[in-house]
Amino acid sequence: MPVELFIFLATVSIVSSLGVVAQKNPIHCLLALILTLIAIGALFIALDAVTVGFLQIIVYVGAIMVLFLFVIWLLNLQAEPVPIGHLGLKFFATIAVAAMAAELFVFLAKTKITLGAIPVVAGYGSIDSLAQTLFGQYLMAFETTSILLLVAVIGAVAVARRALPTRASAAAPKQGAAP
Amino acid sequence: MIVSYSWLMALSAAIFAIGVAGVLLRRNILVMFMSIELMLNAVNLAFVTLARRMGSMDGQVIVFFVMTVAAAEAAVGLAIIISIFRNRETVNADELNLMKW
Repeated sequence: MPVELFIFLATVSIVSSLGVVAQKNPIHCLLALILTLIAIGALFIALDAVTVGFLQIIVYVGAIMVLFLFVIWLLNLQAEPVPIGHLGLKFFATIAVAAMAAELFVFLAKTKITLGAIPVVAGYGSIDSLAQTLFGQYLMAFETTSILLLVAVIGAVAVARRALPTRASAAAPKQGAAP
Repeated sequence: MIVSYSWLMALSAAIFAIGVAGVLLRRNILVMFMSIELMLNAVNLAFVTLARRMGSMDGQVIVFFVMTVAAAEAAVGLAIIISIFRNRETVNADELNLMKW
């Protein structure tokens, strides 16, 4: 990976993820998040993880972020005036975040990660090699994710749907109930 | 000069810290949710970096699973947010204090 490319993608992802936290309008937060995800996907591709990088862009940006967008539209959210309250909470939260970031950076600085480009086998990161690993060593986990997704979709529909009127309440509408 | 893996891990740590800050500082539950996605992606970046370092595909498969879990989490979480908004007309986490002691 060229250094210029890394610096460009790192700058884009850091600035846009700061945008997610700092913007007032949820739509702007979402657009900043999409930019972050695209930059991280490009980093995946630059790290020879081509399949995962494209999956990131197709699944995350194409599907999950659109779900967020639909929810923001559905709730008709506007930019909120940010209240000043809970300054003490924010103070401690800032200290906690700073401590965690410092800890991570100290940990990374002490870790000896070998520098330099390590050559990888031909076809590393391709659909072929990903599928070989996924459907070989991780087959059980892959099958379990199908159950997870099924349960999640059923749960989402069950939680989000409006309670249908029962037959008794539909037959005898309550006094003063909305039509 | 070549890109070292430590830089990528540092980038991952920075994005993760920004995500934590978003969850702790923002009060809009949708934005808190987006910050959680940010943290998941920071961890994905660390996984892909270390998979490249080790020359193995296992890290990339884990990223695949993290994406699956993120999709399930987004579906359920957004359903809960819609349900809360329908009942309480708010997405401010401070106003949802029914279960606070």
